[in-house]
Amino acid sequence: MRYADKPLVEISGLSKSYGKHHVLNDLSLTLDPGIHALLGPNGAGKTTLVNILSTLIPYDSGSVRVLGLDPQRQRSQLQGLISLTGQYAAVDGALTGMENMLMMGQLFGLSRRDSKHRADDLLERFELTAASAKRVATYSGGMRRKLDIAASLIAGPQLIFLDEPTTGLDTRSRQALWDEINALAALGTSIFLTTQYLEEADVLAERIMVLHDGRIVADGTASQLKDRVGGSTIQVHDGAGHIIETLPTQGSAQEVAHALSALARQRPDVGITVRRPTLDEVFLELTGEPVTDQNDKQKENAPA
Amino acid sequence: MSITLTEQSTTAPAHPGAVPMRGAGAMTGLRIFSARSLKHSFRDGESLLMAVLLPLMLMLIFTFIFGESIAAGQGGGRSDYLAYVLPAIALTAAGFGASYTAVVVSNDMTTGFMNRLRTMPFPAVTVLLGHTVSSMVRNLLATAVVVGVAFALGFRTDASVGQFLGAVGLISLWILVITVVFAVLGMIAGSAEAASGYGFILLFLPYVSSGFAPVETMPGWLRGFAGHQPMTPIIDSSRALLNGEAPGNEWWIGILWCAGFIALAVWLAAVIFPKKVAR
Repeated sequence: MRYADKPLVEISGLSKSYGKHHVLNDLSLTLDPGIHALLGPNGAGKTTLVNILSTLIPYDSGSVRVLGLDPQRQRSQLQGLISLTGQYAAVDGALTGMENMLMMGQLFGLSRRDSKHRADDLLERFELTAASAKRVATYSGGMRRKLDIAASLIAGPQLIFLDEPTTGLDTRSRQALWDEINALAALGTSIFLTTQYLEEADVLAERIMVLHDGRIVADGTASQLKDRVGGSTIQVHDGAGHIIETLPTQGSAQEVAHALSALARQRPDVGITVRRPTLDEVFLELTGEPVTDQNDKQKENAPA
Repeated sequence: MSITLTEQSTTAPAHPGAVPMRGAGAMTGLRIFSARSLKHSFRDGESLLMAVLLPLMLMLIFTFIFGESIAAGQGGGRSDYLAYVLPAIALTAAGFGASYTAVVVSNDMTTGFMNRLRTMPFPAVTVLLGHTVSSMVRNLLATAVVVGVAFALGFRTDASVGQFLGAVGLISLWILVITVVFAVLGMIAGSAEAASGYGFILLFLPYVSSGFAPVETMPGWLRGFAGHQPMTPIIDSSRALLNGEAPGNEWWIGILWCAGFIALAVWLAAVIFPKKVAR
């Protein structure tokens, strides 16, 4: 069977609840190979969806196919084609980087020799060769994350799940990881990532799905999502570049010109910027709530 | 960070493609995780040192501080008490060592590590078996050191080789029991701290047995428990074997207890393990 010919993910009528708490409600979705981002506030069900797709937890009802396989009934077959990189680094601090890689490779069924070859290549690609003989406990957060992703690639998965991959990373590490994710996709690996960072979804994903209350409330490219909110905003700056006023418009040339000419008469010296809505504003519009702060993450997942 | 976009030349393709990875079997999993847990044990020098030092200290305290006065009540001396208390020290040491297992199992269960393993094509329960193997090795090492030091302190045995091995076998069986019990506790506990807390309670059990003082010297309300708790037949029969005596009926009562605990732990693990997914 050619898994590449199947849709990456095909979900219809998926529901999952924990007791009375409905986490996913009649969710339907079809994805082609590529990079997809699942965006949503805390408790929206992002991790639950990833856990179902990656065979970690069972679903209650509906139909789910990942690479044409049912994560529940064809579990071990699907497990040989995917990998999960969860919110918490799944690497062993007491082992060295190389030992972690070899362990994962052999658990996927590669020989020790093949694991070693693959590990050498991946560690080099992620610039971890110099640290490969050091214990992971001595790694920085960014290095740990990179090793985590390198380990998940050891058996050449068709699809990798990244659950909030850059949470807790500094800006530079985040940017570096984005580059890696794009490079992976260029090599033909499909990626399904969840994130609370709108910028991340905007930069990486070809397609963004917004999950809210267990349903997909919006789905499309970043640009399409922005169109749904519509309009452009005129920002008025003072001499120092501070925004002193924002003027909402519907986005038509006439309306913008009108607003600008009024402004020009009153305050001829100010600077202006016309900008499209940010994904933050889109998000607020779609879900009625802002993307929640990172500090509040504890409640994200349902009980074990 | 620079990125090499060209396909790497390796024996395994970057994308084995349409063929799913078959995954490791149970035996490979067991080998890999035993090696991993042993690396954990031997790289965590402080824990390993504690695993050996604590039982050693315990033996020295009981021999040199309490030994003379306890033995005096029974009409013996310090070295008699050393021989008396040795099996109990070995069992208590097993408890110390196994409580470490609860913590490492709990760590694995509550971090992302186990979640990734569960999405991989091999039996994830081999992680627990690996910890069990490593715990056995660590505890047998600690027991060997304790017995070695006991010999240095003047402990002598009248046991035949067979009797000596029998005593070691019974003690090893108890180490296995306490290890799997603690592994299950580590799996159930919500955090490594809680796991180590549960373990602490179990560490008091050896004192309420025939291990450190004869059950007959205890008040009546304690005697029932102390005389019939599972460690008492193990201690009594290994003590008898080490003295070169016949262990009587006690040994198979001890083995029955052990078999029961192991069956219970395996059953609990089979029920709970598949349901435990870190948050």
